[in-house]
Amino acid sequence: MKKFVNDPATFTDEALAGFAAAHRDLVRIGAGPTHLVRVDAPVADKVAVVSGGGAGHEPLHIGYVGPGMLDAAVPGRVFTSPTPDQVQAAVQAAAGPRGALLIVKNYTGDVLNFETAAELLAADGVPVATVLVDDDVAVQDSTFTAGRRGVGGTVLVEKIAGAAADRGDDLATVAAIAAAVTAKVRSMGVALGPAVMPNSGEPSFVLDDNEIEMGVGIHGEPGRERAAMATADEIVGTLLTAIVGDLPFTAGDRVLLFVNGLGGTPLAELYLAYNGARKYLADKGIEVSRSLVGNYITSLEMPGLSITLLQLDEQTTMLWDAPVHTAALRWGR
Amino acid sequence: MGCTAETTAAAIRAAADAIAVNRAELTSLDRAIGDGDHGDNLARGFAAVITKLDAEVPATPGAVLKLVATTLISTVGGASGPLFGTAFLRAAAAAGEAAELDAATVAAALGAARDGVVSRGKAEPADKTMVDALTPAVDAAEAAARNGGDVAAVLAAAAEAAEGGAVATTPLQARKGRASYLGARSIGHVDPGSRSSAYLLRAFAAAAAG
Repeated sequence: MKKFVNDPATFTDEALAGFAAAHRDLVRIGAGPTHLVRVDAPVADKVAVVSGGGAGHEPLHIGYVGPGMLDAAVPGRVFTSPTPDQVQAAVQAAAGPRGALLIVKNYTGDVLNFETAAELLAADGVPVATVLVDDDVAVQDSTFTAGRRGVGGTVLVEKIAGAAADRGDDLATVAAIAAAVTAKVRSMGVALGPAVMPNSGEPSFVLDDNEIEMGVGIHGEPGRERAAMATADEIVGTLLTAIVGDLPFTAGDRVLLFVNGLGGTPLAELYLAYNGARKYLADKGIEVSRSLVGNYITSLEMPGLSITLLQLDEQTTMLWDAPVHTAALRWGR
Repeated sequence: MGCTAETTAAAIRAAADAIAVNRAELTSLDRAIGDGDHGDNLARGFAAVITKLDAEVPATPGAVLKLVATTLISTVGGASGPLFGTAFLRAAAAAGEAAELDAATVAAALGAARDGVVSRGKAEPADKTMVDALTPAVDAAEAAARNGGDVAAVLAAAAEAAEGGAVATTPLQARKGRASYLGARSIGHVDPGSRSSAYLLRAFAAAAAG
C-alpha cells in the first residue's frame, strides 16, 4: 500500500512538527514529553481544557487547540494512547491555579494513561477533573465489553466545554457541562473499507467487495455486524435508527446533526448523507437547529462516515455558537 | 543462587531480545483482534529500557524493576504501557531494598505484579487478557517455591504455565480492551498480551537457568 512515509518510527513526530509550523499563530510544541499547547499558554484565570489520544484521527485533537476550545492536546503514536508523562507535561504547561479538565475518549488505553496522569497531577496539587466520552451506540452490551467508545461526540464535548472555560466558568462547572453534553450525545459509524497503518502498511481489517462494517470504531474496531452494501439513505437510516432509539431522541427535540467523514469519503458523499439524515429526522419530528459536516474525527484514510446527534438546550446552543479559533473549527472571531 | 541486580538486569535484557525477535508475531496477533501495534509498542519500550540499563544498572533488583516500570509507562502508550508498567512497579515494591531475592520473594513479586495488572485493568480470569497468562504463572511459581525450587525453577514453572495460559485464551471471547468489541469474532485467536507475557517469563527463566 502506498503512503507518504519517510520512516515509520518518526511518522507522528514529523506530522506534528508540520502541524505546529503551519499553525504557529495558534499553537506550539511544548517542552519535555510530546504535547501541543496554545501559543499563549498558560492563559491566566481560566480553567484549562485538555484532551488527547492516539494520532491518526486528525484534526482531532491537535486541530482543536486554540481560543474557545482546547488549551492543550496530547497526541500518542498512531491509534495508541499517549503516555501519562505527556499528559502531565501538557497540563502543567496549560493549566493555572483554576485547574484542568481532561476530556478522555472511553478506550482502555486512553483511560488507563489519563487515569495514571490524573493521579500524578493530583499528587502535585493540580486541581484536575476528568470526563469520559462514551457516545458510540454501536457497542450494545457494556457488561461484556470495555464499554461504549468515545467517538464523534468528543468533538462536540471539546467545543462546548472549551466555550464554558473561555467565559470563565470554574472547574466543577466546566466538568458538569462536559458531562451533561456526554449524557445527551450519541453516535454511530460505518466503514466501507479499512484504514492502513503506517507502521505496517497493512489494512486494519478486510471486507469483501459488497460488505460494510456497521458500527465501526475510529480504529477500525468492529461494532454490530458486517452488513451488505446498501443505498446511502438505507445506511443512514440504519445508523439513525440506532442513534435515535438509544437516548431516545423524540419528536419536538432540537438537535445538532454532525455528519463526520472517517478520512476517505468525499465531501459530496458526506453532504448527500447529511441530506438523507435531515429527511429521516424531519419524518420523526426532530428539528435540526445546528449542523456540522466534514472530516473532524478520522481514522486515517478509512472510507466511511459517522453520524452524531446532540440534544440541544439553550445553554448548550449558546456555548456551541460561542466564538472559536482553531486550525479545524473557526467562527465568530 | 538468588537474584541480584546484575542477574535481574540480564533477565530484562533477555526479555527485550525476546520481544524484539517476536515483534512481528505480536503485532500480527494484535492485528487479528486489536489494532495491530502490540509488538511495535512493547519493542519501543524495551529498547528504551536497554538504553537506560546500558548507561547504568541500578543497585538492587527492586531498583532495576522500578526503572523498567517507569520507562515502560513513559514510552509504550496504549493499554500495554500502564499495565506492564504497573506489573513491574508492583514487583519492584515486593522486591523492596533487598540486594538479593530468594525464590519465595521472586514468586511473591510475580504475584504482586499480577495483582497490579488486575487492579489497574479490572480484568477477571477468562476475560482473554494477559491476566490469563499471569494467573497460572503465579500459581505455578508459588507451588514451585513451596516445594523448595530455586529462582530458576520458580521462573521455569511460571513460564511454562504462562505459555499454557496464553494458548488457553484462544477459545475465549474477549471481555476487556479493544478486542472486546469483536464479540464472538474474538474467539479463535490468542490474546497478544497473554502471549507477550509468556515471552517475558520464558526469557526470565532462560536467563536464570544461565
